[in-house]
Amino acid sequence: MTHVYGFRPLQVGRHYEIDYVHSYGEVSDFFLGLKDHKLMATRCERCGATWLPPRRDCGRCGGKTVWFEAPQEGRVHTFSVLHFAAEAFLADLPFVLAYVELPGIDTVFLTRIKGCKPEEVYIGMPVRARFRRLVDWTPNDVWFEPV
Amino acid sequence: MRKVCVVSGGITKFAKANLLTQEAMVKDAVDYALTDLDGRLDYKDIQSTICTYFSDHFNSQLLFDSLTQDYLAMCPRPSMRIEGGGATGGLGIRAGYMDVASGLSDLCLVYGFEKMSEVSTAKGNEFIALASDTDFDYPVGGFYSGYYATMAMRHMHEFGTTAEQFALIAVKNYDNAFHNRWAQKHERWTLEGVLKAPMIATPLTRPMVCVMSDGAACLILCTEEWAKKLRPKGDYAVITGVGCGTDTMRLGDRPHGDVIPLPGEDPAKYSYLKGRWPGLHCFRAAREAARQAYQMAGIRDPLHEIDFAEVHDAYASSELQTYEDLGFCLYGEGGRWVERGGPYLGGELPVNPSGGLIACGHPVGATGIMQGVFTLWQLQEAIARHCSDPAQGIDGSRIQVPGARRGLCHSHAGTGTYITVNIFERPQ
Repeated sequence: MTHVYGFRPLQVGRHYEIDYVHSYGEVSDFFLGLKDHKLMATRCERCGATWLPPRRDCGRCGGKTVWFEAPQEGRVHTFSVLHFAAEAFLADLPFVLAYVELPGIDTVFLTRIKGCKPEEVYIGMPVRARFRRLVDWTPNDVWFEPV
Repeated sequence: MRKVCVVSGGITKFAKANLLTQEAMVKDAVDYALTDLDGRLDYKDIQSTICTYFSDHFNSQLLFDSLTQDYLAMCPRPSMRIEGGGATGGLGIRAGYMDVASGLSDLCLVYGFEKMSEVSTAKGNEFIALASDTDFDYPVGGFYSGYYATMAMRHMHEFGTTAEQFALIAVKNYDNAFHNRWAQKHERWTLEGVLKAPMIATPLTRPMVCVMSDGAACLILCTEEWAKKLRPKGDYAVITGVGCGTDTMRLGDRPHGDVIPLPGEDPAKYSYLKGRWPGLHCFRAAREAARQAYQMAGIRDPLHEIDFAEVHDAYASSELQTYEDLGFCLYGEGGRWVERGGPYLGGELPVNPSGGLIACGHPVGATGIMQGVFTLWQLQEAIARHCSDPAQGIDGSRIQVPGARRGLCHSHAGTGTYITVNIFERPQ
């Protein structure tokens, strides 16, 4: 039955829902690597740029890349404690969103920091990757905790 | 390329109200712009249109551009939809500029809209976050305020910028909007009030973040010949510079390197950054857009050669970051420039005299065009006429930049993925 929210203007409920069969395509090995507790990155064979998240094709020069395993310990590059979020993540609040620097990786990696109080996180904090035992096939299969 | 002029603009009152359909909001904005030309422009004289809106999720109607084109009685004239996240409106002005400059059209109506009130704020934030990489970024953060907060934190770390300096920008923009009848928020905030307000994502509190909105805006772009006919007193604007920059979809993929110098700048000026640019704390796309627009407009000293700017302040922090990208102050000096009064009315270069997105609202597809409308009205010295509402005690003359001859509007998408800078000037 249609839900009515108001009459002038007439406001009615409309529902929309869809399931996608989404392909991670050429970066599938990143997500498959998380299952094996590995952070799989790529390195450009032409210019040497390193990418995590990985890219099959270099985002700097367009060259082809090769896979390699990234280190799992690094430092917090920047972070924020979230007290509001999109609807899908409201149940997670509050949580710490952070970019992590890893040695030998040119990019910084977006992740969540767990295993400590939000107010204990600081820029430069040493952190290490932790992995879900039961994977969900999303980037949340990995997060970082203080070393 | 032909000279492109801006002769009129219109906006609807931004509100999260869900009262009219999108096409009716657009019609109201267009009617406002036509009325302001005192009947000198007829509907039949419009040769082409550019339609801008952001999200099919918010608007739950594909091909909304055809629906609005039809509703405006513009068929069968040429039209095109432009979409580029938060920069949708700025890109629309760029597309309209291209239409007229190229000779494809002598008179182009650029209109944009968004209606964000059909879903809850949390759901709306989810839709907006789908404009981040949905494989790697959305599932982790899923919230633009969160992404911008991490940039703000890094800016604070790199340069010693403070939450108080971000808060000053929010206070400034609410103060300006208090004199603008079009603004969604007529609120007075103190520095302490902004800092103590509910935290959204550290260091950004609720009043430092723009709000969702319904609204429409339009600008009429044309050749110089048409401009002289439509504005016989010469009270129109000329677009003297357009620029557009881009950056990586994922914020974390941004490199560290050397600053792109603005026209006439010695790159050595930035040696103190030691190659730490743009990283996550600066917007390379804004710098690139500014470089192009300044080059085209012949601007060598933006702080002294631009009279005011309408800047995409979706967050108080990103307004501060943008001062530096646009060359209003050095990288790292944004916080001190605010404290010195630089971006205030009466300051060196007033930024967001309208109140910006923070106070005016951010109906995405209309926003960049709204900034263009306020920029035109400033150059016409018509802010008092358009923005006052005596019944509410609103005196728009308080936010007119006296004698303004050259204005900048800056439109910004994603985490800085698309950014446009458009320069409007009074005719010589």
